[in-house]
Amino acid sequence: MWTTIQQIFPYAIMFTIPLLITALGGLFSERSGVVNIGLEGLMVIGSFASAFTISKLETNWPGHTITSIWIGILVAAAAGLAFSLLHAFASIHLNANQVISGTAINMIAGALTVFMSRNITGSGNIRLTNGFPPFDVWGLSDIPIIGPLIFTKTYWTTWLILLIVLFSSFVLRKTAFGLRLRSCGEYPQAAEAAGVNVRKMRYIGVLISGAFAGLGGAIHLVTIAGEFNGTVSGLGFLALAALIFGQWRPLGILAATLFFGFASTVANVSQVIPQLADFPPILLKVFPYAITLIALVIFSKSSQAPKAAGEVFDSGKR
Amino acid sequence: MRNLIISLSAVLFGLIGGAILMAATGHDPMEGYRFLFQGGLKNVSRFGDTLATGTPLIFTGLSVAFAFRTGLFNIGAAGQMLFGGFCASIIGLKLDASGAVLVPLMIIAAILGGAVWAFIPGLLKARYNVHEVVSTIMMNWIAYWTIYYAVPAYLKAESVETESRALPDKATLKAVWLSDMFGGSYVNMGLFLAVIVVLIIAFIINKTTLGYELKAVGFNRHSAEYAGIGVNRSIILSMLISGGLAGLAGLAQYAGNGNNIQIGVLPTQGYDGIAVALLGANSPIGVLVSALFFGLLYSGRGFMNAMTDIPPEIADSIIAIIIYFAATSVLMNRVINWFIGRRRSNAGSAVSGKGKV
Repeated sequence: MWTTIQQIFPYAIMFTIPLLITALGGLFSERSGVVNIGLEGLMVIGSFASAFTISKLETNWPGHTITSIWIGILVAAAAGLAFSLLHAFASIHLNANQVISGTAINMIAGALTVFMSRNITGSGNIRLTNGFPPFDVWGLSDIPIIGPLIFTKTYWTTWLILLIVLFSSFVLRKTAFGLRLRSCGEYPQAAEAAGVNVRKMRYIGVLISGAFAGLGGAIHLVTIAGEFNGTVSGLGFLALAALIFGQWRPLGILAATLFFGFASTVANVSQVIPQLADFPPILLKVFPYAITLIALVIFSKSSQAPKAAGEVFDSGKR
Repeated sequence: MRNLIISLSAVLFGLIGGAILMAATGHDPMEGYRFLFQGGLKNVSRFGDTLATGTPLIFTGLSVAFAFRTGLFNIGAAGQMLFGGFCASIIGLKLDASGAVLVPLMIIAAILGGAVWAFIPGLLKARYNVHEVVSTIMMNWIAYWTIYYAVPAYLKAESVETESRALPDKATLKAVWLSDMFGGSYVNMGLFLAVIVVLIIAFIINKTTLGYELKAVGFNRHSAEYAGIGVNRSIILSMLISGGLAGLAGLAQYAGNGNNIQIGVLPTQGYDGIAVALLGANSPIGVLVSALFFGLLYSGRGFMNAMTDIPPEIADSIIAIIIYFAATSVLMNRVINWFIGRRRSNAGSAVSGKGKV
């Protein structure tokens, strides 16, 4: 049993990270008052942008694999940020229904990236020749119990994202910027009266969500998928669920995504683990989604959702 | 009238966007569009295929539009469609009866299957105020995995693991005379079913007390409640009907256009239903027209792909751009208002000018 847990752990963490950063992006957007259903599409954009960049660099700049991957990840964040402008503009300046605009983002991302990649590679898929290599953290991986669980087969991206989560938690809770951002999602009219530029803060929130979702898509590509094929298999929607499950708090999201990461990893490897082979695989696969529904019911009474999320900002409203 | 202008301008922007995409990737947009429209309209057979491709979209579009009238955003049409189609397929494969008995039973099974899948989000919304957008997305993935394991377990094909057995012809919506009339196209009775359902839904929305109550809840939940309308009951009922319509899309797809269910895919028609409903301004007739338009884009893209080297995803890209512009229709609304305002002030200045002389 112990060896099984040891083997599963690194995979669960690997699966958690793209989910975590994407959900964190969603947090910034919803805290500023804009619901972002387009996270899935923004992840796909990130996945495509990084796959395209990395494969181009691999052929034109050989011998710099790791640097190429990092550049690809950066490009993905930039692409996600640029693409989220569409959603920001529609929902902040044009008063569009935010759910419909987000759905449009998902559709545009899925269609456009496959269209582009078919133009480039002819097949709609971009395969990476080199993935991101996992490594054991020197020294720490020898610590009994937690060493093998947390510090083996890790990726640099994992540590980077964890840093971003801690930093975001600090920014949202302790800084003036965080306070202003949150006030825009709770009661934008009051924020405006206090001199906060609500539209600007909402733009910042949506753009951060775009950059983070793009980052999530890129990390999914270089650690898990290894190939762009026009989808991130619903991870963006799962990130949205994690955001609600985590009750719109960074550390809550960390816990929720870890939970999803484990649930999915267990479902994926259940067939090769004797203790789990008796479980019908369908139950394990459905588990994360079913538990989300149950969590939604439980939290429905005490929901910590930003009160103005999804509402068009009308500065004349009282 | 205003809705029509908005929808048409969204389509126009979508086509312009598609042209820009084609030009930017080094293709000739005029040639692309010529083959795209020829592929959907060139002869009766291709026109039949266009109608057939549009059929499931009519149902999913109606499904989304109907829920929207009650203020509910049903993103779960894909899962409801999958499960409705699965229920119909079970009847079609397991029951030994003549086609006259089998097909009506399959229709009922499809409606019930879709309705069951939509009932849960409806109940959660009514009882616990759980937002239907998230719950329907979760239900989509639950449907995805349920079908993923249920099809191989109960309806496995002889050789292929990834799809169900083919339905016998009597358990499908296929009709030889119809297919022959359209030169061997795969257009089927699903189209007639869709047109009938469009009329029924239009009647329910516009002429019945039920339709009025559902719309009232959509306009303002609180005043509807104050007026004595059972809001929770309306929400659940609206989701049930919406889900039933999506279930019929599953029937039209898996027992009409095709004859089996593949596993490992969420039907794209579910999400396209949002596009259809939005472009059709949530009216049943509008849905019918916009579904057939999308059917044209989807059925023409294969021909275009064969005749040029433009990737077929251009059709999806055009649809996605259309949706973006339909979603941001406020922009169009402002332009229209500006036009109206300018004409009024012109007319006004003309009148006052007259008075001066």
